[in-house]
Amino acid sequence: MITLPTASTLSAENISVWFGQRQVLENVNLTFPANQVTALIGPSGCGKSTFLRTLNRMHELIPSAGLAGSVFLDGQDIYGPEADAVDVRINIGMVFQKPNPFPTMSIKENILSGLKLSGRKIDNADELVETSLRRASIWNEVKDRLGDQALSLSGGQQQRLCIARSLAMNPKVLLMDEPCSALDPGSTRRIEETISELSESMTIVIVTHNMQQAQRVSDQTAFFLAEEGTPGGVVEFGRTEDVFNTPVDLRTNDYVNGHFG
Amino acid sequence: MAKPENTGVVAPERRKLVSGPLGKGDKWFFRSTSIAANFAFVLVGLILVFLFTSAWPALQSQGLGFVFGSKWSVEDGSKAVMQLGPMLWGSIQIAIIGIALATPMAVAAAYLIVYLLPQRIAKIATAMIDLLAALPSVVIGLWGILVFTPVAVHWATIANQAFGWFPLFAVKDPTAVLSDSPFIAGWIVAVMIVPIITSVTREIFTQLDDALVNGALALGGSRFSVLRRVILPTAAPGILGGILLGMGRAIGETVAILYVLQLDFHINWYQILEPRGGAVASWILARFGEANKTEFQGLMAAGLVLFIVTLLVNILANVIVNRSKAAR
Repeated sequence: MITLPTASTLSAENISVWFGQRQVLENVNLTFPANQVTALIGPSGCGKSTFLRTLNRMHELIPSAGLAGSVFLDGQDIYGPEADAVDVRINIGMVFQKPNPFPTMSIKENILSGLKLSGRKIDNADELVETSLRRASIWNEVKDRLGDQALSLSGGQQQRLCIARSLAMNPKVLLMDEPCSALDPGSTRRIEETISELSESMTIVIVTHNMQQAQRVSDQTAFFLAEEGTPGGVVEFGRTEDVFNTPVDLRTNDYVNGHFG
Repeated sequence: MAKPENTGVVAPERRKLVSGPLGKGDKWFFRSTSIAANFAFVLVGLILVFLFTSAWPALQSQGLGFVFGSKWSVEDGSKAVMQLGPMLWGSIQIAIIGIALATPMAVAAAYLIVYLLPQRIAKIATAMIDLLAALPSVVIGLWGILVFTPVAVHWATIANQAFGWFPLFAVKDPTAVLSDSPFIAGWIVAVMIVPIITSVTREIFTQLDDALVNGALALGGSRFSVLRRVILPTAAPGILGGILLGMGRAIGETVAILYVLQLDFHINWYQILEPRGGAVASWILARFGEANKTEFQGLMAAGLVLFIVTLLVNILANVIVNRSKAAR
């Protein structure tokens, strides 16, 4: 059996983000405790996806991107002088909005792609493939066709394959950027179940536009908002049931009850 | 659910759907564009007919030996022997060398332009490379003989000294000046086809879904491993199409090669540093001015062979490029 790493605490301190001269996030402070699922909600353009991308250094790949503040993974600054972006991304995995399996690879090759891309050795590949696919609850659907092209799967299966692909790297934290927005309700439900199971072994941060989903899957919720002409920031952050049932801020109340956004 | 009863209503006939132009202006536009489009086919057909009729006597007298034999002697009009083999092989050989040299350069340039350079500099680099494609063959040929040949001779000497034990880099007389070789002609051809391979590859890279590259980076990929394991495999069919388009140009190249290559009818299979080689188009150009009637027919036949080979390579290139588009 492959041993799983323990989950880690991730914390963002005073994060501000720029694209060129335009500031899109100001002073975001959030802590993601180990084994907790945190939902980031807010209207489009409030900077929540941008914030998510600062958590595994995907943000810096955009030309003209700027950043202030720090992100700590178990106390280590992932932007520190000794931190290697590649190691950061291995420890902090990411699942994207649109399923993006590699089209030239089979299902099995997709699972092993992270190890190959980061130049790690693969011992007992078959076991790793099975474990990863099981953890993403897609093993039973694909176990007889591991050699098939990844694109032969349905959209929901492709997204779970992408989750499995991230899990094969044994990340301590998993970032999910609206992972269900391109999927049907059945696939969405299955991924939500997967998220709950995964939180036993890792810390999860999920961006979602779906209020019900945030309530179903998350332990804590952060509400992002960018008011006209100002950079985005966190308006309210707390236990999910508190944010949804007894919000402190009036704007949070309006948003979670569907009055705007 | 019960099937609806047939209530005596007759199912309507299948209609003819009209999708052609209806308006007068539209009809004229349709006609003029289809004439223009079909003109290309007509032109290719006419060229083929012309070549074939002019070449027929030579093909008839020489038989298959015209393509596979290795001798060209037309001094005595009645017993002319015209066998194109070394020139035909030379064309292919030079094209292969050119592609082997040009492809890494072109892929590297395209990667740099699409993924690494800031946009403004990328635009300038693109323009420069496209400019290279616009340089006339004669200019590249002159550059090749005056500027490049001395440099390439130096490279060839080093290659021979270091790897002379390997048949590809062996020469009969190591003290001779290693100029006028397929190696140098291959470099010249490489310079000429780098732009086309670069622009096709650049196009393919641009169309590649960013989500794949981001996904690979998020999995802990480095720039190089992402290029090798994700970008290149996904773009491979398109790049191959670009390479074949370049090959089409390389095989037909004429003047530039004539300047830098010693044409010789002793076939040179693989000793690319030897100062002898062949190229069909260059041979036609070299002989055309002083050809008698028999040789003229032979040169026409050479043109026909060249035309067919180039056509086949281009068709193959188009098929591959189109198929890769469908897959994306």
